[in-house]
Amino acid sequence: MDFTLSILALPLLSFLTLALAGKFMSHKAAGITGTATLTAVTVLAYATAAIYFGAGRTAEGIFATITPFNIEWLPLGDTLSIDLGIMLDPISVMMLIVISTVSLMVHIYSLGYMKGERGFQRYYTFLSLFTFSMLGLVVATNIFQMYIFWELVGVSSYLLIGFYYTKPAAIAASKKAFIVTRFADLFFLIGILIYGYYTGTFTFAPQESALIAASGVLPTALGLMFVGGAGKSAMFPLHIWLPDAMEGPTPVSALIHAATMVVAGVYLVARMFPLFVEYAPDVLHIIAYAGAFTALYAAVVACVQTDIKRVLAFSTISQIAFMMVALGVCTSADPHNGGLGYMASMFHLFTHAMFKGLLFLGAGAIIHSVHSNEKMYMGGLRRYMPITHITFLIACLAIAGIPPFSGFFSKDEILAACYAYSNATGLFMSFVAALTAFYMFRLYYLIFWGKSHYEEQKALYDAGRTTHKPHKPHEAPATMTVPLIILAAISCVAGFIPFGRFISSNGTAYAIHIDKSVAATSIALAVGAIFLATLMYKSGNSRITRGLNSSLRELMSAAYNRFYIDDLWLFVTKKVIFNCISRPIAWFDRKFIDGTLDKLAAGTQKAATFIRPVQSGNVQSYSVWFLSGALIIILVLIYLA
Amino acid sequence: MIIPAHYFLILSAILFFIGVFGFFTRRNLVSLLISTELMLNAVDINFAVFNAYCHPGLLEGYVFAIFGIGIAAAETAVAIAIIINVYRNIHSIHIKRLRELKH
Repeated sequence: MDFTLSILALPLLSFLTLALAGKFMSHKAAGITGTATLTAVTVLAYATAAIYFGAGRTAEGIFATITPFNIEWLPLGDTLSIDLGIMLDPISVMMLIVISTVSLMVHIYSLGYMKGERGFQRYYTFLSLFTFSMLGLVVATNIFQMYIFWELVGVSSYLLIGFYYTKPAAIAASKKAFIVTRFADLFFLIGILIYGYYTGTFTFAPQESALIAASGVLPTALGLMFVGGAGKSAMFPLHIWLPDAMEGPTPVSALIHAATMVVAGVYLVARMFPLFVEYAPDVLHIIAYAGAFTALYAAVVACVQTDIKRVLAFSTISQIAFMMVALGVCTSADPHNGGLGYMASMFHLFTHAMFKGLLFLGAGAIIHSVHSNEKMYMGGLRRYMPITHITFLIACLAIAGIPPFSGFFSKDEILAACYAYSNATGLFMSFVAALTAFYMFRLYYLIFWGKSHYEEQKALYDAGRTTHKPHKPHEAPATMTVPLIILAAISCVAGFIPFGRFISSNGTAYAIHIDKSVAATSIALAVGAIFLATLMYKSGNSRITRGLNSSLRELMSAAYNRFYIDDLWLFVTKKVIFNCISRPIAWFDRKFIDGTLDKLAAGTQKAATFIRPVQSGNVQSYSVWFLSGALIIILVLIYLA
Repeated sequence: MIIPAHYFLILSAILFFIGVFGFFTRRNLVSLLISTELMLNAVDINFAVFNAYCHPGLLEGYVFAIFGIGIAAAETAVAIAIIINVYRNIHSIHIKRLRELKH
């Protein structure tokens, strides 16, 4: 499996090539360099998966963890060292597949979407950097390597959100994303350091004895790591950066802010899952509650947003929260008895990456066509963009949980795990799943049905009531529709992958079986929600919608403003922290610390000015000093002797 | 009759302090040089006097005095050369104009 090293090396090479020579390349050459590299990486990733899962199980009935490459990078003590390497186990191989597939689709798609953009080469440079970092994150052999690549994906995310650097909103969004995730990463780092200090290693599976010795602090360490994961995975209340991150180019949103980077937090919890279950089950349940709340919050907010990318962003937050909940409700490592959530979470991560990537790419095609994110410019697009329409519908059905699309199977497993934990959790998550179906179909109808903005404008233009000739929506070029079709195909069939045979909480094979009552409830709820959305939004402006708008005005406006969480953060940071902590500290620094040094410097200068005239350059005054000195010494010597 | 030694020592002290006074107060480089010569000569007198009164049989003091005279001559030559160069550079041998040492 030595070739796995090139999975990391190729995107890095492509990044370096494009970064150093991109300026001298044509747009086409740069795009092809990036895409060709990614194609090779994808082939290698699939080959890795085939060889890894093809090798069969060990005597214990699990897939062995392989480390094809590992070097000690920084030895810190007798046992503690920071290693860099590649580790293959079921979830890292699964992530390789997800990342390379979505990344390849985004690379191809961007050839069309970003065509003619200024900074096209830069765009592909950053995409390569991101892919390299994300792959490095998932194959990390230890938590510190994971942290290094974790920061690298944060940086590439920052660079890509701020890609349109002339747009103030993009700059602000990139800063916000970086600062918020960096703030969370601080806790992650503290968690890692506690973990490393007490267990004596950064690897994911320390010695049993070390773990028992450290069991007192493990919940703290793992809890802090989860805060880092919550920042990256946009858990409430650290979710505020993700909706703003939509200022970046849409394919970037599909790759980073929907399919791969934002699930890093889920991946982190899954990676540490054996320790969570064994030593910190309470923390795991806190994760479940945090996730459940986030899922509901984001789903409610998604119901009233008008910017289509923001709806998708909140939907992403909600779906990632589903994965977190699934991990959090696990009570043991046995998939047949309380450990189902682990498999469900990874399964949902896989299917979600595909259909959410598809939704974002579809949204990109729509934005490309109508030149706006706002819902008022949408409507009636199904006649103009048939391919986008069908693929978007497939993704909506998948996320809503309608069989036989992939989302149904993974969501069903999550709900089954929730019901196994407690009925209340299960009912709560079923309700959120119904909300998911509702807001997705609201979005679908707003975009593709109802009155066409173009036709309205055209009628006005033809009647001579506006001089602005409307732009006719058109289907996206083939470079953009082909990735849509591929991802739609995956979303149709991914549900039938016997996922439990590859990944389960303790590694043994697990046969997925649909829990009939759970499945029936969730299908009924989803169909009901879709029906409601059809009633309310299909014809554009129905009586029910108007009635709801007027009776729930306050709730709607609160939800539209994301329940003022962003404002709360701004209040806490700007008013409370700046005024109560930063300013006094700044004052202390300026007046006291700087002041002391300034006074010291001024004193030195004063003393210098005082004794400076002695050095007059006048030979005669020197000689006076010399002679008087000599005389004094002589007199002293005489009288002392 | 023998002249008492302290007469010579008073002479040399007077000579030395005339030199010091001149060195401190004159502003002309050549005057300074002359003052230095006076101080050197006072030293030479001391050498000779102490040799004659303390160790009459020996010659070291006289030899040193002659050395001093020789070195004074060499020093004068060097000093004159410096003064000439100073004059060439700043067209003056006034000591107040020579403050470059400050820097």
